[in-house]
This record gives sequence, structure tokens and C-alpha cells, in this order.
Amino acid sequence: MFMKRHVLSMREFSKEEIDSVLDLAQSLEPLARGKKSRMLAGKILALLFFEPSTRTRMSFETAMKRLGGSVINLGPAEGSSISKGESLADTVRVIGGYADALVIRHPKEGSARLASQFSPVPVLNAGDGAGHHPTQTLLDLYTIRKESRLENLHVALVGDLKYGRTVHSLAYALSLYGADITLVSPPTLRMPDPIKADLSSKGTIVRETADLGEVIDNVDVLYMTRIQRERFPDPVEYQKVASSYRIAPESLAGSQQNLIIMHPLPRVDEISPSVDDSSHARYFQQSFYGVPVRMALLKMLLEGDQVD
Amino acid sequence: MTDFSAMTDKNNEKINKNKEEPGGLRVKPINNGTVIDHIAGGQALNVLKILGISGTTGATVSVVMNVESKKLGKKDIVKVEDRELREEELNRIALIAPAASINIIRNCKVIEKRPVDLPDEIVGVVRCQNPNCISNTHEPIKSRMLVKAKNPVLLRCLYCEQPLADGIAEYLI
Repeated sequence: MFMKRHVLSMREFSKEEIDSVLDLAQSLEPLARGKKSRMLAGKILALLFFEPSTRTRMSFETAMKRLGGSVINLGPAEGSSISKGESLADTVRVIGGYADALVIRHPKEGSARLASQFSPVPVLNAGDGAGHHPTQTLLDLYTIRKESRLENLHVALVGDLKYGRTVHSLAYALSLYGADITLVSPPTLRMPDPIKADLSSKGTIVRETADLGEVIDNVDVLYMTRIQRERFPDPVEYQKVASSYRIAPESLAGSQQNLIIMHPLPRVDEISPSVDDSSHARYFQQSFYGVPVRMALLKMLLEGDQVD
Repeated sequence: MTDFSAMTDKNNEKINKNKEEPGGLRVKPINNGTVIDHIAGGQALNVLKILGISGTTGATVSVVMNVESKKLGKKDIVKVEDRELREEELNRIALIAPAASINIIRNCKVIEKRPVDLPDEIVGVVRCQNPNCISNTHEPIKSRMLVKAKNPVLLRCLYCEQPLADGIAEYLI
């Protein structure tokens, strides 16, 4: 059952609601691959990206167009009403009058929720500062369900677990499915204590280590994230840490046969390109699955349809 | 309606007066208005801030700070004359003084006495501690804090979901 008006945070999703999105995404996947549809013909989606984005913006645009709808873009903030000092509240009121739904990415935390209070049409959060990015989490879950399994899962979240917004939401969502979670990060980039406490309070088994080699052979899903250079004042320290969280074919020698490797992309050095052709790599499929998942959300918000 | 007739003048005196000194009362009892007792020591000025009472609001206000209290060790007392503060105004006090008690005085008698109780949401009183929260910008919104726990107080910003537990007084608007 999906009764939402907006998509703002994974915390607002029940397991049943997540399942209904993933089920619909599954049924829409042929359309995401190019089968023609007029499902959302006549509907307009407005993209309000106040920060750069490639994958999220383009996959929303693809999702809308694959369903027969059209897209309008805010364009660069320079030269727009934003540069004249217009509030976000006014911007979403105005553009909400032009479109049937809004997708928003904004550098301030809580911006999507503010937008939802002023917008006359549904709002989808495509990233609010260090806050939430729920459509990324839903596509991650879709990838895990499709390429591995969501039940009885042992997953390792690797890299920057302190600032990476995708891993916070994903860890929360995986806790709804009872996953065992191992957090692998350098000590300075550990997942914040309140998030870990929240996971444990839901009965999730959470382990923590700095050694990737310790867990790589025992997990079903390896979820890699980028460690950003700017988090380290000392470049030598950065190089040391970054190289210890790098996956190469030899690191996978003892891994489970059905291990899958995911990454929200863009990657820098975390996964060697020579891993791309291995049976474990799923990050490019993961990126594609953003389209059917966003198609499902758009269809649900704009038509209120349930899965048949 | 509560029957307050049983409340004697003696009761009233106990609440309306504060600690008596050899030279006389520190602050005289009020005839009409609101007495806020059992404020944690040193928090009286923050209580006034929460209530929006400043030197320019015209109200006659008495403040007693850091008097001895069996319950709290040190406590503050605030008396606001000729003004019966509304329940929703008073409940915000629980943000920084959860043990505070409220006494409404009419004609020198306590006609209502009750503890403070935080509502489920506090609007426009506490700003979010996250400097990157949209509520700390020029947007036309008031801060909105959800009360997740009352003792000790735990707030969560409605917008960015950042928790706020310690040093709430520093974030009063």
C-alpha cells in the first residue's frame, strides 16, 4: 500500500511500502529498457537541481520520458530568480504551478521538507545537503533484491560512513529487513553513534571494523563508497586510507561465489576497473535500476496506482 | 472545574511569598498574575526569554535567582503581575525547567497550580543547532522542533532531523 504524497526520507517508509515500490519497479523494468509507454502522457515533471548532479537528474528525466511524460528544468541558478534572492518557498510555489511533480536537490538539509510544505504538487527529495537521498536507497534495495536477496542478508558498508548520506539511509532501510550489517571504515570516518544506536535498537546486528580484508570473504553484498580527499588534512594519510579500501580482483580470491559489489558512483579508486568484468560487479546495473525505481515512484505519486 | 476553595490563604502565602529574610521578604506577594516556581537555578532569565518577556513589554516582573530549595538545591522564581500566562506559553518552560510549577494568582489566592508539560511540537522557540539546516536561512518559516523525550528533554528538528538535547538554552530564539 503506497499512500504518500511526497518522497522525502526513508524513515517515512514502512517495509510494506518499500516492497510495493520495488514490485512496481520490477513490472516497469521492460519500459525502462525502451518498451513504449504513454502512462504519464501529458504530465510534467520539474527538475530543481540547486547542486550539480548527473545520474540522479538524468535518470529522473529518463524515467519521466520513458513513461510518456515531459520534463522542465530549472537550469543553472545563475541568471534565474534564485540569483535575485527568491526564497525556496516561493520558487516551489511558482514552479509547482507549472508542473505535476517536483524533484529537488538542494545544499541545505531539510530543504525538501520545506518544499513539500509550500508545493501544491508532490515533491521528491533527490538529496538535501548531508540529509536524505531516498530514491538512491530504494534503487540500492532494488539492486540487492534483484541481484542477491533482501532476507537473511549479510552486508558490508565500506568507506566514508560518517558523511556519506547514502549509507545512513541504506543501513536504516536494511534494518527493516533484519540484515546483518558490518561497517568498514577508517576510525575518523566511522558511522555516527546515534545512527548505530538506532540500528541496534531495531535488533539489527551491527559490527564495526577498519579492516576490509576481515569481512570480504563472509558477506553477500559489498557496498563501496568514495572516500573524499578533502576529509583528510594530510594527503599522505589520505593515500594510505584510500589504498586500504580499494577492491582489486585479487582481493576477491576468497569471497563467496554469489558476492555482489555495489557502489553509488562516481567511483575514483575504490574499485579497480579490472573488477568490472567479474561476476561480482553490479554497480552499473545498480545505476540503471535508478530508472525503473524512479518510474515506479513517479507513477505512484502522479497516478496513485497500485501494483496489479 | 476544580474546586479551589479549599486553598487557604496560608497555602497561597507559601507559594506567593518566597524565602523570608530577617529584614523582610525578598519580593512581596502579588495580588494577580502568574508565579513560576521551581525553575532550575540560574534559568530565570531564559524562562523570561521563552515567554517573550523583556524590559520593553511593560509587564511588572519580579525575578528571584538561586534561592535555596529542598527539591532542586538552588531554584529561581519568576512572578509576572496582572498577567495570566496561557498554558501553551507556560508549557514551553519545560524545555529548560522541567520541574517548574505554575501558580495562577487571583485576588491573592492561588486559583490554579500545576506542573509544566511539554507539548509534542515546539514552534518558533528553539532554533536548530545545524548551521546547514534550511530553517536557519531567510526562508519564510518558523523553527519546528518535535519533542521526542520529555525528561531529559530530547528535541528533533522537523526539517533536518538533527537532535538537540544538551544546551537547549543556547538555542532559544
